[in-house]
Amino acid sequence: MPTSIPGSGDLVAEPQEQNPWRLLWQRFREDRLALIALGFVVFLILIAIAAPVVVDLAGAPGPEERDTAALDPIFATPTGPSADHWFGVDQIGRDVFSRVIYGARVSLIVAFAATLIAAVAGVVAGLLAGYFRGWTDTLISRSVDVLLAIPYLLLATGLAAACTVAGAGQEGGGCFGGLLKPGLGVVIFVIAFTSWTYMARIVRGQTLSLREKEFVEAARSLGASDTRIIFREILPNLAAPIIVYSSILIPQVILYEAALSFLGVGVTGQPSWGQMIDEASANFQDQWWYMTFPGLALVLTVLAFNLIGDALQDALNPRTRKS
Amino acid sequence: MLRYIARRLLWAVALLFIVTAVIFVIFNVLPTADPAQLRAGRGASVEQIEAIRESLGLNDPIHVRFARYVEGVVTEFDLGRSIFQNNAPVRDIIFDRLPATIMLTVGAAILWLAVAIPVGVISAVRRRSLLDRTTMITTLTLISAPVFWLGLVALYLFAQDVGVIKIFPGIGAYSEADTFLGKVGAMILPWIVLASATAAIYARYIRSQMIEVMGEDYIRTARAKGAPEGVVVRRHGLRSALTPVVTLLGVDIGTLLAGNAILTETVFNIPGVGGELASAIGQSDYELIQGIVLFGAFFIVIFSLIVDVLYAYLDPRVRYS
Repeated sequence: MPTSIPGSGDLVAEPQEQNPWRLLWQRFREDRLALIALGFVVFLILIAIAAPVVVDLAGAPGPEERDTAALDPIFATPTGPSADHWFGVDQIGRDVFSRVIYGARVSLIVAFAATLIAAVAGVVAGLLAGYFRGWTDTLISRSVDVLLAIPYLLLATGLAAACTVAGAGQEGGGCFGGLLKPGLGVVIFVIAFTSWTYMARIVRGQTLSLREKEFVEAARSLGASDTRIIFREILPNLAAPIIVYSSILIPQVILYEAALSFLGVGVTGQPSWGQMIDEASANFQDQWWYMTFPGLALVLTVLAFNLIGDALQDALNPRTRKS
Repeated sequence: MLRYIARRLLWAVALLFIVTAVIFVIFNVLPTADPAQLRAGRGASVEQIEAIRESLGLNDPIHVRFARYVEGVVTEFDLGRSIFQNNAPVRDIIFDRLPATIMLTVGAAILWLAVAIPVGVISAVRRRSLLDRTTMITTLTLISAPVFWLGLVALYLFAQDVGVIKIFPGIGAYSEADTFLGKVGAMILPWIVLASATAAIYARYIRSQMIEVMGEDYIRTARAKGAPEGVVVRRHGLRSALTPVVTLLGVDIGTLLAGNAILTETVFNIPGVGGELASAIGQSDYELIQGIVLFGAFFIVIFSLIVDVLYAYLDPRVRYS
């Protein structure tokens, strides 16, 4: 099997036996900023998993608990950061610190789930279009064109709204006759549905050229089936672009989820950063803390993923390294 | 060239038709909510709902309804009627909101180009310098910040009414301003906020394009001829580095005009197409949402058509592929 990372051969001493993953790690490690970012992401994942423990250890109340004593005694307005509430409280007395911690869960779940679905859909669509060409390619490529012609944020908000809204007297709402329930599922579906196109285009282009290579011909002459050629011969050679574009997708998806939540068509029933900023926007001039902390959490998280994506791109792309 | 344009035009028409079908399905087949019931409101009786359903033709089979919808769009650009704004035509609502969105988009585009081109070029020329590294981190941070949050922070810091440092007009200033100059003033913060992420993306893109172009042979030739470095960078380098930016710019402007400025318009309360969509979502005004999405798709298709033709004109290789 040829090595998964194109152009890696001319940079290492013994190209034959080098494990491509170890090589990737070696190059990634050189970028100190990206290492810090990776550390931050791991830290964040741990916090998201252990959110109840973290909140407990910090001595903060749960994300839905209303501490009415923390509201201003006369005007019942929220109060800012204090010893009891590190990041202050919101309009109804909920602890902002604890909501920010729990908010990491929604961001990360949506980020990984939507990216995974979009990447798999895009890779499969791209492989099929590029490998079989003909009407398969026409069908897939034209579908991509159609999706790209619809403004994605509008499509997503419209779709999320269509799947979330219930008529008067109807329960819940949902899409596909109630198969897709409002909430996390709709958000992940909507984001994935509008995000797989770019990956499909890239994989299609690469597959078109890979299918003409000698090793594919060799596999075919040995009697390998189409499925085997696609998944065992061509797919491993696409590892580099797939990793790079997935890593670019993750931060976009996080911002996307935040935008949907901000517009009121995102995740409901659990704290999410975008939704917190939306709620904070009503009184941001008096209560700076309520918009600041979820916003900072978003910026830091997205920035960390962007730094990792940048470093991966550098590590996997020989052209940016040589000169 | 004519053949290319004809082919491209034909595809644009087909694309618009398919897009219309997709959007129609999304808003008329997928949701479980009943549009007749939405129109009737909460206290409506079963007979009232049925009467509305009949008058809207919702009992007809789906393909009949689609044919009627397409006919309306083609003959009089009828995009449906708002459920909650007294049955106002969606088309009129959109045209009413368009000027604000155009002003926001065009101003922001000028701003992001004015920032991104010099920043991208200087970063490319001074590659790996402290300046380049600082620029790259700054741009990455800007890309990482949600635009609606940047908007709130900008208002908190600089708005005339609520800001810490009171310099620029704040929320709702666009609607209140009655002179053009007043509207320009009201747009300063929205322009900066909307342009920031895009400026960052363009700066990075132009930088990488410049780095690639400056390594080409003809650049070495130009230098060998004794052309001053400034001329080489501007006339030879920048010119070909900017050609692909045309495509990017066309798509981005098209998408923003199509309503993707929704977040900025919501934060600053600008009465644009995106702001209208946000309130339509709040009221679950399906027909209005559907109309705005379709209108946006028209914008994108038309803009990418213009960009493609322009590009084919700039780069003859495209026409024959």
